Formats: sequence, C-alpha cells, structure tokens
Amino acid sequence: MLKKRIIPCLDIKDGRTVKGINFVDIKDAGDPIELAKKYVLEGADELVFLDITATIENRKTLIDLVKKVAQEINIPFTVGGGINSVEDVRQIIKAGADKVSVNSSAVKRPTLIKEIAQEFGGQCVVVAIDTKFENNEWKVFVHGGRTATPLKTVNWAKEVEALGAGEILLTSMNNDGTKSGFALDITQQVSEAVNIPIIASGGAGKMEHFKDVFEKTGATGALAASIFHYGEIPIPQLKDYLKTQKIAIR
Amino acid sequence: MIAIIKYNAGNIQSVQNALNNLGYESVITDDKATILAADKVIFPGVGEASSAMKYLKERKLDEVICSITQPFLGICLGLQLMCKSSEEGQTECLGIFDTPVKLFPPKEKVPHMGWNNCTELQGPLFENVELEEDVYYVHSYYAEVCENTIATCDYINPFSAAFNKDNFYATQFHPEKSADVGMKILKNFLKL
Repeated sequence: MLKKRIIPCLDIKDGRTVKGINFVDIKDAGDPIELAKKYVLEGADELVFLDITATIENRKTLIDLVKKVAQEINIPFTVGGGINSVEDVRQIIKAGADKVSVNSSAVKRPTLIKEIAQEFGGQCVVVAIDTKFENNEWKVFVHGGRTATPLKTVNWAKEVEALGAGEILLTSMNNDGTKSGFALDITQQVSEAVNIPIIASGGAGKMEHFKDVFEKTGATGALAASIFHYGEIPIPQLKDYLKTQKIAIR
Repeated sequence: MIAIIKYNAGNIQSVQNALNNLGYESVITDDKATILAADKVIFPGVGEASSAMKYLKERKLDEVICSITQPFLGICLGLQLMCKSSEEGQTECLGIFDTPVKLFPPKEKVPHMGWNNCTELQGPLFENVELEEDVYYVHSYYAEVCENTIATCDYINPFSAAFNKDNFYATQFHPEKSADVGMKILKNFLKL
C-alpha cells in the first residue's frame, strides 16, 4: 500500500537553516546538511528546502547547497524559492534535486508549469499554493502570503493540474503557525478537485493533526517545519503513533 | 568502472552520488565505446518516453543497449524504455522485456508518488531485502506483470516493480532514493 508521507520543511537563508532550532545532538543547528541527515535517519519520507532569500546573489549558494544535500542524503527532496525559468530549474535538477516547487512565479506566468513539465517531466513540478480563507472563500496569495490574487484556490489547483504539475503543496495561511491543525476543508476540496497528489501544510501542532489530515482528506503527504525543528514532535514518535492509528506509514 | 547512460532525463546525478557513497567509480556518458567497456551499466531516469527514445535512437544508443552483455540496470523510465512499448507518446521501446507500459487509470492519485512496498521478490537483486520493505516510486505509467517480473507492487492494479532477463535488470522504483533498502539493492546489483 502507498504510504502517507511525513515531510519536514527547511527554510534556507544564505545557505543556512533559519527558525530557531534547539537540537542538542547535532553540531551545527544552522547547517542544513546536518539537519537533513538527521531527518533522514529519523525516517522522514521526503524533504523540502525553501530558499527564502532567493536573490540572484544567493543562487550560487543555493546550488552549492543542493549539490551537497544530494551527495549526503538518499531520499527525495524538493527545492523551492525564486524559481522563475526553465533555466533555474535545470540548475537545481542538475545539482541533484528531485523536484522543484514554484509558487508566485507560476501565478504570474502559468505556462512556466507547462515548460518545466515538458522539459523535466510533470513528476518534478510541485506547485506550492498559499491559500487564505477571506470573505467566505479560499483565495490564492503570493509573495510569501503578502499579496492577494483574484484566483480561487480550487480553480487554480485544477489549472495547475491541467498545465502538467505533478503535485500540489497546499499551505493554509489561516492555520500556519497556529498549531491548531491542518485546514481539513480546503485540503479535501482541492484533493477532490484534482487527481494529482496533495501535500497538506500549515497548522500541525499535535500528532493527532496528522492523523486527522490523513483520515479526513485525500492528502498523501503532510508537511511541517517548526514542530520538527524544535523537537516538539520527533518524527519516529509521530510515525509510531500513526501506525498505531492504522495510518499507512513507512 | 560503472557507466551511467546520459540522455535527456531528469535527476541522474543522484545515481552517481549513490555509487560514490557505495565506493564505486562511475561516469555519466552517452559514448558508445565507454558504455561497452564498462563493468556494469546503469540506465536511469525520469522524463518522457517518446523524447527519451528519440534521443537514444539519434545516437544509436538503442542498438548499444540491446547489445550489452554485462550487468545492466534500468531505473524508472529506464525500466519502461526496456519494455516493448509505452502508451506515453505511443512509443515503440527497446523490447527487452516483452510487456507493454500503460497509463494508470485515474482511480487513485496519479502519479503513483511515494513509498510503497515490493512483493514476490526473486533473485540476487533482492538478496537480504525484507519482503514488503518500502521503496520510493514516482511514475504515471506502469509495466504489466510478465514472465520477466521479479518483484511486484500493487497501486490501482498490480504492476512490475522489477524485471530480470539474462544480464538485464530493471526497477520501477528509485533505489538511489530509497534510503538504506535502496542502497542494499544497488549493492546487490553492483556485486553481480
């Protein structure tokens, strides 16, 4: 049976992981390689690296980091942040990433999704959608959630599927950081609307939240950052718990 | 020396990284002489079947691959190209394994993406691999089960997770992305 994926997300700035990290058993908590290796050992199913600086000067730093990550870990990983062209994708894939994620750049120019899918295959295009429930509807936001768009979330999800995206990473801004659980309603709405895999993101605070999102929605992966970074929910413990709850877990 | 066949596919660097970590030297190449002189050949890849076959044919690599007598391992799209045909781009493939590659019907999420098991394991590729250990898959097309199938997986319908015929081996999953179990399978291939 296909297993549900537990996916830690590492935010990268100038080649270093950000967000306070309080692991005691790794030498350099800001070193993305050390952290990635730790997550792999703990049983993470995939990793996401999000470059939050994503300026031209930092591109080279990011590419160097992707190369090192690819040398050190043997599970799939996605790289996102500041990807605007097929050429950006080529550099990242060539460095050893398995997938790239696009967000604002795809909203600005949707054919980017098609271009990447044609060149590298749909399986390597993750479209990240930041969504917010406002005035009674779920809409798409861009630029790290700062800018509203007229796009309705479900419609945009259908469009990215038609353009050849291989997967959707759906983050609810209403839930993100609240630790009150994933946004089950929009996750399920998007999952029903498209036939590509959905990764739920935003709001994980307890182990039960992962159980809920896997039981009550069609999401096949769940992503979180701070609860893993701060050691609030260790991955092995989470996976053991989900197994006892009869969720298909590796 | 291990030759990794270069063609217009996605992330093939990971295969070389895995070989490095296992202590094997390798070269990513589309040069006929280098491929034929290698101890073992790996045919990796993610991508699209018809454009990949076109690339191989233009360089006569299709003939080279079929003439190889040393241990040969196709991975993911590599496996699919070693089959008879693929529904992806209505492509005539290499025909090493006599079975068609079909698109998954949309009864579940497609692509089949993530960790799934491997059952009915046969042969040296799976030595010391536990039955039902999870490996990493990402594909929208699948190869039907045939007499060359040495492992199966069930997603939407049963399909071939691995093949073997003479010196030719192939896996639908990515051993290079399948953590420790994947490394075990790669090591088993490298020991052949």
